[in-house]
Amino acid sequence: MRKSLLALAAGLLLAGSVSAASAADKLKVGFIYLGPIGDLGWTYQHDVGRLALVKELGDKIETTYLENVPEGPDAERAIEQLVRAGNKLIFTTSFGYMDPTLKVAKKYPNVHFEHATGYKRNPNMSTYSAKWYQGRYIQGLIAAKMSKSGVLGYIGSFPIPEVVSGINATILAAQTINPNIKVKIIWANTWFDPGKEADAAKALIDQGADVIMQHTDSPAAMQIASERGKLAFGQDSEMIKFGPKTQLTSILDTWGPYYIARVKAELDGTWKSEDTWGGLDSHMFAMAPYTNMPDDVKKMAEDAQAAITAGKLHPFKCPIVGQDGKPVECKGGDHLDDGQILGMNFYVKGIDDKLPGK
Amino acid sequence: MQLVLEKRAERSNAIALVSPLIAIGLTIVTMVILFAVLGKNPLLALQAYFIAPLTDGYSLQEIAVKATPLVMIAIGLSLCYLANAWNIGAEGQFLIGAVAGSWIAVKTQGTDAGAWVLPAMLVLAAAAGALYALIPAICKVKFGASEILTSLMLVYVADLFLDYLVRGPWRDPHGFNFPTTAEFDPVATVPLLIEGGRLHLGSIIALLVVAAAAILLGRTIKGFEIRVVGAAPRAARFGGFNANQLVILTFAVSGALAGLAGIIEVAGPIGHLQPGISPGYGFTAIIVAFLGRLNPLGILVAGLFLALTFIGGEQAQIAMKIPLDVTKVFQGILLFYVLACDSLILYRFKLVFSNRQVARGAG
Repeated sequence: MRKSLLALAAGLLLAGSVSAASAADKLKVGFIYLGPIGDLGWTYQHDVGRLALVKELGDKIETTYLENVPEGPDAERAIEQLVRAGNKLIFTTSFGYMDPTLKVAKKYPNVHFEHATGYKRNPNMSTYSAKWYQGRYIQGLIAAKMSKSGVLGYIGSFPIPEVVSGINATILAAQTINPNIKVKIIWANTWFDPGKEADAAKALIDQGADVIMQHTDSPAAMQIASERGKLAFGQDSEMIKFGPKTQLTSILDTWGPYYIARVKAELDGTWKSEDTWGGLDSHMFAMAPYTNMPDDVKKMAEDAQAAITAGKLHPFKCPIVGQDGKPVECKGGDHLDDGQILGMNFYVKGIDDKLPGK
Repeated sequence: MQLVLEKRAERSNAIALVSPLIAIGLTIVTMVILFAVLGKNPLLALQAYFIAPLTDGYSLQEIAVKATPLVMIAIGLSLCYLANAWNIGAEGQFLIGAVAGSWIAVKTQGTDAGAWVLPAMLVLAAAAGALYALIPAICKVKFGASEILTSLMLVYVADLFLDYLVRGPWRDPHGFNFPTTAEFDPVATVPLLIEGGRLHLGSIIALLVVAAAAILLGRTIKGFEIRVVGAAPRAARFGGFNANQLVILTFAVSGALAGLAGIIEVAGPIGHLQPGISPGYGFTAIIVAFLGRLNPLGILVAGLFLALTFIGGEQAQIAMKIPLDVTKVFQGILLFYVLACDSLILYRFKLVFSNRQVARGAG
């Protein structure tokens, strides 16, 4: 049975290569997207990265994407479909694709995989992510300066380390400006659901928050903050058109350079499994222009950005005190080490809330 | 002047049989027009949707894997709907079954528990699904609560319960706080039928369920009762059939099948419990049940056909860059034509010019 399947596969491969000869041996690069490319957030930015890739290397490669792929049993099939369609380098762009990507990677050792934001790797499976907490730190500084009520509103997606480290970085920064700053957190339990995100923003504003920050992907919270005359930060992409008088800045995911570098490596035959975790210095993300704030706040933000980029300022500089009042072990010298941040599972002191699942 | 739907005095059996085929034909014609407007070659597109997935072993396996939960759930739902009991909450029963079965998998993880684990998981999942479905059934029978609302609302309860477990007590201790249990041990995993593939034992179980339902409805008195209670409640009362008892029974069976589908999905293709284990199987199965005209064999065909549109939709996205939205439009158009064709078999349109005629038409 297995032999005949293999023979069949070989036959299909031959047939495929004959008919595809006109495509001139272009490298096929595949993408799996969590949301629709029109989500204006996470998936949209990945597609912007893909388009940058096409612009740069379009004559050597051919890209394909599957959008709206749920993080459940369908993901494995979708990834395998891309493999079977001849894609040799496949980017799976959400955390929930980790196990399916690994399963398919083990099955097809000659295809290379790149999984965003996960922690499992294989000789043919890299991971890549960005140190967004650096951007969150800058946002925390701005928020504390701009908030009149001293209450920040934070829309969380899922209480995973990436999101928890973002909340901690925000509050640590804000405390340097206003030691009594408060943060209200609502877990939307979704990455993309404009209705839920809008409801969360309304609830936070009703609880006194006047600066809204989010770790979900749609511009809905920005629109609500704009309607209510509050301030807000965008997420993933430029959202200023949804709140011209509202957006302070936004963390912009800029995947293009990474995608181009990895595809070039694949074309050169130098691709190998790596763990990339890039910060402001590596251009894995950028900050949108600082808007709707006085010049001194803007200057403070720009200075902080420069200091973080230069490696002079670390958001998780020790000592860091946990919610229980005990200092957190400092494994990275004068700051927390990458492992502690990647697996962050605690709130710092000053967050008046309980981490779900603790 | 008004347009009214008038019930036909007699219906043609031949037309009733070809009606789904007409619906599929009309869908294909509509899609050809849509593809042409989008600037895609309609023939190549149809080939990618319908032919390509049927031509290699891999895609056939994937169609079976995708259809398995849909068919199992839809069979249970069809029993409910035939008996006029409206279970809308199969999604919740699916999740509760997955949770209950996973409990054994999580508790035996890393122990040297033997081959009893998987069968125990299947049984517990079915029992939990049945019990969960009994909540709306009993509320309906005892208090007259609308089972449509209660069963639907229990979906969200199940969803959040699963969420709580994988974020809290059952979280993989080595998983960096990400919401998932550890991978199940091999004894807690549904065996694969073909090595290196994804086809699993669950597909065989689904076929057995289809056969059992066909026998139940076609050859047993209970099956006859179900159909009579649904089609002619008054006649059923005169016949001494207990409608309430049937509500309880069909809900329990349908919940058990949904729960079984849930654990098979988790212990099969997924391999661990996590949020989002179902991309709406419990709701899609409602479409499958009606597309299959509440008939077990029809449901099998409808489940496979719907699975084909999912797989074909992906291949069309890859091969022809046809957006996913077109696949959704396609599924919607198909359902629309099926319902429209069915309505036109039972009813006909009539133009009415005065109120008297409307009254007569309605009477």
